[in-house]
Amino acid sequence: MSDMNQNMLAKYRSSFLKEVEANVEEGHMVKMCMQCGVCSGSCPMQNHWDHPPQELFMMIRANKREEVLTSSSMWMCTSCYNCIARCPRGLPITHIMHGLATYAKRLGKVPEGQPTAKFAQKMWDNLKQKGRTNELKLGLALYFMNGFGEGVKKALSMQDVGLGMVKTGRLNPMELLGGHGIKDVAGLQKMLAKAEAIENQHIAEYKG
Amino acid sequence: MADMKIGAYICKGCGIEERLDVKQLVTTAKRDGKAAVSKDHEFLCNADGVKMIQNDIDNDGVNRVVIVGCSRRAKTEAFNFEGVTLSRANIREGVIWVRPDNEESQETTQEMADDYVRMACAEAKAMKLPESSGEQPLTRRIMVVGGGITGLTAAIEAANTGYEVDLIEKSGALGGAVAGFYKRVPGKNGLQGPVDNDIAKLIAAVEGSSQIKVHLNSSIATTDGAPGRFSVTLEDGAAFTVGAIVQATGFKSYDMSLLTEFSPEAPDVIDQLTFEQRVKAANGAIKKADGSDAQNVVFVQCAGQRSEKPGHLSYCSGHCCNTSVKQAHYVKAAGGDATVIFTDLRTPGATGEDFYRSGQEAGVTFSKGCVSSVSAKGEVNYKDLILNEEITVNADIVVLATGMVPNSGPNPYLVLDRAQAKEDGKTELVATLDAEIAIQPASILNLQYRQGSDLPILRDGFNDSHFICFPYETRRTGIYAAGPIRRPMDIVQAVEDATGATLKAIQACENAALGRAAHPRSGDLSFPTFRKEGCTQCKRCTVECPFGAINEDDKGYPQYNEARCRRCGTCMGACPVRVISFENYSVETVGQQIKNVSIPEEFEEKPRILMLACENDAYPALDMAGMTHQEYSSFVRIIPVRCLGSVNTIWITDALNSGFDGIILAGCQKGDNYQCHFVKGSEMAHYRMSKIDDTLKQLNLEKERVATLEVAITDIQRLPAEINKMADTIKEIGMSPFKF
Ligand code: SF4
Ligand code: SF4
Ligand code: SF4
Repeated sequence: MSDMNQNMLAKYRSSFLKEVEANVEEGHMVKMCMQCGVCSGSCPMQNHWDHPPQELFMMIRANKREEVLTSSSMWMCTSCYNCIARCPRGLPITHIMHGLATYAKRLGKVPEGQPTAKFAQKMWDNLKQKGRTNELKLGLALYFMNGFGEGVKKALSMQDVGLGMVKTGRLNPMELLGGHGIKDVAGLQKMLAKAEAIENQHIAEYKG
Repeated sequence: MADMKIGAYICKGCGIEERLDVKQLVTTAKRDGKAAVSKDHEFLCNADGVKMIQNDIDNDGVNRVVIVGCSRRAKTEAFNFEGVTLSRANIREGVIWVRPDNEESQETTQEMADDYVRMACAEAKAMKLPESSGEQPLTRRIMVVGGGITGLTAAIEAANTGYEVDLIEKSGALGGAVAGFYKRVPGKNGLQGPVDNDIAKLIAAVEGSSQIKVHLNSSIATTDGAPGRFSVTLEDGAAFTVGAIVQATGFKSYDMSLLTEFSPEAPDVIDQLTFEQRVKAANGAIKKADGSDAQNVVFVQCAGQRSEKPGHLSYCSGHCCNTSVKQAHYVKAAGGDATVIFTDLRTPGATGEDFYRSGQEAGVTFSKGCVSSVSAKGEVNYKDLILNEEITVNADIVVLATGMVPNSGPNPYLVLDRAQAKEDGKTELVATLDAEIAIQPASILNLQYRQGSDLPILRDGFNDSHFICFPYETRRTGIYAAGPIRRPMDIVQAVEDATGATLKAIQACENAALGRAAHPRSGDLSFPTFRKEGCTQCKRCTVECPFGAINEDDKGYPQYNEARCRRCGTCMGACPVRVISFENYSVETVGQQIKNVSIPEEFEEKPRILMLACENDAYPALDMAGMTHQEYSSFVRIIPVRCLGSVNTIWITDALNSGFDGIILAGCQKGDNYQCHFVKGSEMAHYRMSKIDDTLKQLNLEKERVATLEVAITDIQRLPAEINKMADTIKEIGMSPFKF
């Protein structure tokens, strides 16, 4: 993976903006930001991350490659779409956020132990198995994400909620034993394998 | 006019009959107003009411019509009679709509109405029917000064209406600044880059027009006369007569050598105009001064502009952000890199927004930052305002977006002020004025006016022309300012300006031929005259006329130029011996109204407040107060005046002497942000009123009895409050002792 990072660095030496335009979903719109700050002001996460979208876009334009790629910002986006709804320039900000996250992951730049990145991986692994998220397993995985002791504590504190959900038929304890999936799980897994192959090929192209 | 015969007509409609004793008003008009005819009518403004009045005019010899009903600003089309004077007693907006409908208010409300009837009849008695002077013929020819895009547009627009034009250009070629442009900022919205510069077409059209005479390498030796009859001579001896003038002398770039922190001496630190010429000369290639190719170009916005530092321009020139976007496009098109460093990018309108986006699409880098210095090698140091850090970028060429400095003529008042200072023996002031006069540019119009050679200046060297309310109008009637001499602007705005100013110029020619006033009393036929026997040659009128309308003859008597006059009456207010008057507006027409207010005895405890309200703003605001039923004291009597500047202090002294307890003058905002329709009228009034304290002291009266206000047309709540405040003040300090 780090080869790819080196290669990208060499290819777009002078301009991280060009790199983003070529490799990040909707990256070509970054240059259209007019720095009004409406997105940053609209974001419910604005107080919780390193750089709000407006600043992140300016950093891209100012060639701050390393700082952008290792930033926690895009991992904090909740996809609320507030910013997209309000951006006077019509930038697909949410999509760019996710595009940056994906690209950073490709280059192996995700900050160590970034919780939302971790959770995203868990969710993906869970989903891949049956084509549906198994909420019980995902929930438990989340509780135990930071070690066994904390997991037990968390699970106990959520006991009442869990029982309530079982009572109202919102949660089925039987799901723990495998759980139900979509009709053609094998077909889905084939599709995913294909997608992964394409992605790997894509990455390989830059490995040189 | 034959013998005076007053016809008073009292309307009973709009609830007047329910609130007032109309029979009594009819009697008042007859007995106190000496109206030969006095009638009431159910509904005066309907066809039948108007017919009744017209019938009296035609068959009964009524020649002074007094309408008692709504405000003079209402129903003007219905009450429009030929060949008679018209006075209006405002008992609707001014009486019943501002007074409560109850038993206890009945008496004072009726007194108010009766007074307004007396006042209107008194005015009718004192005024005459104005007639056109016939001083000017119709001259269907204008002069345009300046052959840039503004002047060219003005010339073509005038020619298209059938007018003839003399176009004066100082240099040897038409086209001005725009002729040096490689391309233009688009004039219409839509995502697009710079568009072709088509000034050559405009020049060809002007040169090809048989109605336009172009005078190249020319400047004006003298301009004399008035709208409809300006006589102009050029330095080369050519002479001609025009009806009006459009001054479109454009701008020059701010002197960038003053911006020492940006290394202005470096060959590749240049201003926008120079960069434009360089690109045009290289036909789109981006070259350094030594002829080599330039790769990186950095644009520094607001260079020496929007800054309060001494020597800088405090204003925004409006076009420079778009101009930098345009020039950055040139760089991108040539394969280079362009960075625009701005604090606020101002690209107004949908066109500007689209153009900004087109620059971003093309890959221009826009950085929000503040440039602190530029080295001679092209290192641009700036603070990035988003990332909050100091950054240095290297540029092959640095383009400074410096501002526009107007090419206006000298401040015409400096020479006059100097003469006055010299006469007064103020040597220090003379020295300061001399220093200022020395740095003034050469005269452009060389007006042979008592008040100096050129158009007056408001601030920052721009010719005075109200941005919002009356663009193009200057303080010299019949001479209109267009383009960047009145405010900074871009090509689109300059073209629009040229069109507007030309139409104004044409209107001035036509009005002058009919003897009618131009803006803002357009259509007014009255004009001031003075009684020579009484004149003491004090020169107050010639000095104070805001429009330079009055010259002086050899003996120092005023010489009126009716077509230059705006009919504000400032001269009438200024004249200490009161010899200046209009046919329908004079010291007498207002003085008689004041005298005809009945002043109750002191013990009755009914004070009287006189309010002189500017007809442009204060009076409409009072009408609106009536329409929205704001209550105010029944002790006030309001007289509309043309401008507060027309208020002669004799009215104040007379009112105080005859027992008025308080006086309010309501005019418009004065100063640099003036709203006064006559520019200086309100200011003059405030100045004169600042000296009224002496009079009050002589009469042994409290100074709180006189208030001079600056109000706006929106002060609908404030004006009633001010009236009530004066009523309260009088309650506190007591009644005037001058009641007889
Ligand atoms: S709202 Fe849009 S234009 Fe404004 S700063 Fe955010 S991304 Fe840029
Ligand atoms: S979509 Fe993401 S970046 Fe946009 S406002 Fe919501 S959380 Fe913030
Ligand atoms: S009425 Fe006004 S414009 Fe006319 S001469 Fe008098 S001061 Fe000047």
